[in-house]
Amino acid sequence: MAYALQQLINGVTLGMIYGLIAVGYTMVYGIIGMINFAHGDVFMIGAFVSLVSLLGLAALGVSAVPLALGLTLLGAVAISALYGWAIERLAYRPLRGSFRLAPLISAIGMSIALENYVQVVQGARVKPLAPVVPGGLTLMTEGSFAVQLGWMQVVIVVVTLAVLALFTWLVTKTPLGRAMRACEQDLKMAALLGIDTDRTISLTFVIGAALAAVAGLLFLLYYGSIDFFVGFIAGVKAFTAAVLGGVGSLPGAVLGGLLIGLIETIWSAYFSVQYKDVAAFSILAVALIFMPTGLLGRADVEKV
Amino acid sequence: MTALREAALSALVALGLFAPIVGLRTVPGEGGLALAPQPGLVGVLVGLVFFGRLGVHLRDRLRPAPGRAAVRPRLAATTARLGAWLAPALIALALIWPALVGRYYVDLAILVLTYVMLGWGLNIVVGLAGLLDLGYVAFYAVGAYAYALIAQFTGLGFWTCLPMAGLLAALWGVTLGFPVLRLRGDYLAIVTLAFGEIIRVVLLNWVSLTGGPNGISGIPRPTLFGLRFGGDEPGSFAGFFHLTSSPMQRIVFLYYVILGLAFFTNLVSLRLRRLPLGRAWEALREDEIACRSLGINITRTKLTAFAVGALFGGFAGAFFATRQGFVSPESFTFMESATVLAIVVLGGLGSQLGVALAAIVMIGGAELFREFADYRMLVFGLALVVMMVLRPRGLVSTRTPSVALGTPRMIGADMVAQGRG
Repeated sequence: MAYALQQLINGVTLGMIYGLIAVGYTMVYGIIGMINFAHGDVFMIGAFVSLVSLLGLAALGVSAVPLALGLTLLGAVAISALYGWAIERLAYRPLRGSFRLAPLISAIGMSIALENYVQVVQGARVKPLAPVVPGGLTLMTEGSFAVQLGWMQVVIVVVTLAVLALFTWLVTKTPLGRAMRACEQDLKMAALLGIDTDRTISLTFVIGAALAAVAGLLFLLYYGSIDFFVGFIAGVKAFTAAVLGGVGSLPGAVLGGLLIGLIETIWSAYFSVQYKDVAAFSILAVALIFMPTGLLGRADVEKV
Repeated sequence: MTALREAALSALVALGLFAPIVGLRTVPGEGGLALAPQPGLVGVLVGLVFFGRLGVHLRDRLRPAPGRAAVRPRLAATTARLGAWLAPALIALALIWPALVGRYYVDLAILVLTYVMLGWGLNIVVGLAGLLDLGYVAFYAVGAYAYALIAQFTGLGFWTCLPMAGLLAALWGVTLGFPVLRLRGDYLAIVTLAFGEIIRVVLLNWVSLTGGPNGISGIPRPTLFGLRFGGDEPGSFAGFFHLTSSPMQRIVFLYYVILGLAFFTNLVSLRLRRLPLGRAWEALREDEIACRSLGINITRTKLTAFAVGALFGGFAGAFFATRQGFVSPESFTFMESATVLAIVVLGGLGSQLGVALAAIVMIGGAELFREFADYRMLVFGLALVVMMVLRPRGLVSTRTPSVALGTPRMIGADMVAQGRG
């Protein structure tokens, strides 16, 4: 019981991170109907900017943890958003209206390029980081097993919920959000009605990248180590989350993220750690084949 | 003035992009990581972006709109004429290659030819049928491990195992293809990618069968009609022909084996393209819905594309295993799939000659510039993006359907941009 509770806590924490990344996939897919393959790597960039920022702030003598984390969050979001914008501008926008596979191939190229760019400039080694928010709360003990709720996990859940609340407000209440939803429904019609679709798409990428950056920072804090390849696996898992929740559905992405986080944690805890990635990938395949619309998605009508 | 302003703006964006990631390198220091500033590098990169943007602007001003139409009829005709004699020249060169150069370059050519073969195999799936397969390396791995394991457990030789390895890979192709039939292009790509990773993780963790990360070693070398290479006793190649044994003989033999396999791949794909099946593939690539309306069996068409592509991947894998004498999961990462995909895309989805040239340039080039090995995948990735933006139909683009009603027309990038490609 205690063991299961612990796995539940860990799974929800991990799921929050996946959910944040998944939102970026689902938004971009909703608007321009392409899988932004490089999204996982924007997440990785966010984690690296966070690492650099935390180290830099420590070197400058900023010792207050909340201040350092706040500044890092802002920095990572800003830089990653810039990356998101630049990627869209350079690799995707010129391809609008090109043949079917073109944007996808371009996205894969971008992903490979970003991974190797970080590998070249930052080195291939795993980058460790000492725990920034140590300690935690012992919820209950059962025999020799104590259920721990780390402060870090609390921070992750709180930050994720706050960011998602901000994001929901942005999508549902602001003019930009309205434009985004309009573009999602019908890009051409939105353009006819005077919405600057290029700008809206750009901003979608920027927002998605910003959320990924938050996830990157949280991931770095949670695991305490990153390398240039974290974006690949995390990206595929977050994509799985987006598919599971229903591509195009924002609450679905978060729900899918939570599910993937829980499944992965429980699988590692009760079956095998080595095959945890296989579990996530198999879920992706099974979800796509048997439930292509996901949990909260709507059916995709193919028009000729 | 606008040019300057835009260039300055681009430089500013570049500064934002590069300053934290390039400018502050994390290095191991006392008690954790430390930062090593590299302002010079950032300066160089930002400068490059500034002048690059300025250059693009100037070019646009000097040579307005028509400059963008990439495939001009005259250029296309030149390419076609060039292709007409380039292909035979390349084949002739390939046939006499080992007589011309030393051991290192024959080895390099074996590597290049392996990728040419993989490229041609993937070309069937991606170039002809238009199914984006990001897990092609899975079939390569299945072929390699199939040969390694069959040889290990039954003691059969290379030539007996080669068809088996190919068929096993094809079987996996069908097994994978079957569930993903209904998926659209993007989903298909990501499921195949997941499949490639699953195969690798299983190979890595199923230690009792595959040896896990240690791989399988002592894989038998191929023989020439039962004649072994190495040594000069009667049963060996050198002994039979009364030659002095030299390691070069085996390398040259391996070279001709892969050359033969590659030619076989090429021949089969060229023939298949003219069969109703091949035409169905090309039609599927152009428009799936139209295909279905015309009564083409989508299921069979997609599955055969997967199976044939996987078959050649399996052959290439078996050859890889016998050449190395050793296989491990290390050789079958996603980057391998990405490399093969880059070759196919740069060669111009569907063009046989293009794929061969792309493999020569990319693999050969990367080998020759070994000291820049770290930059290899970076360049490949950027090349994919640049290619899609500037020449979406490939460098040696002849992606016209093999059989067409009426006269085929050349489609330029401008028309592609209008969505008429």
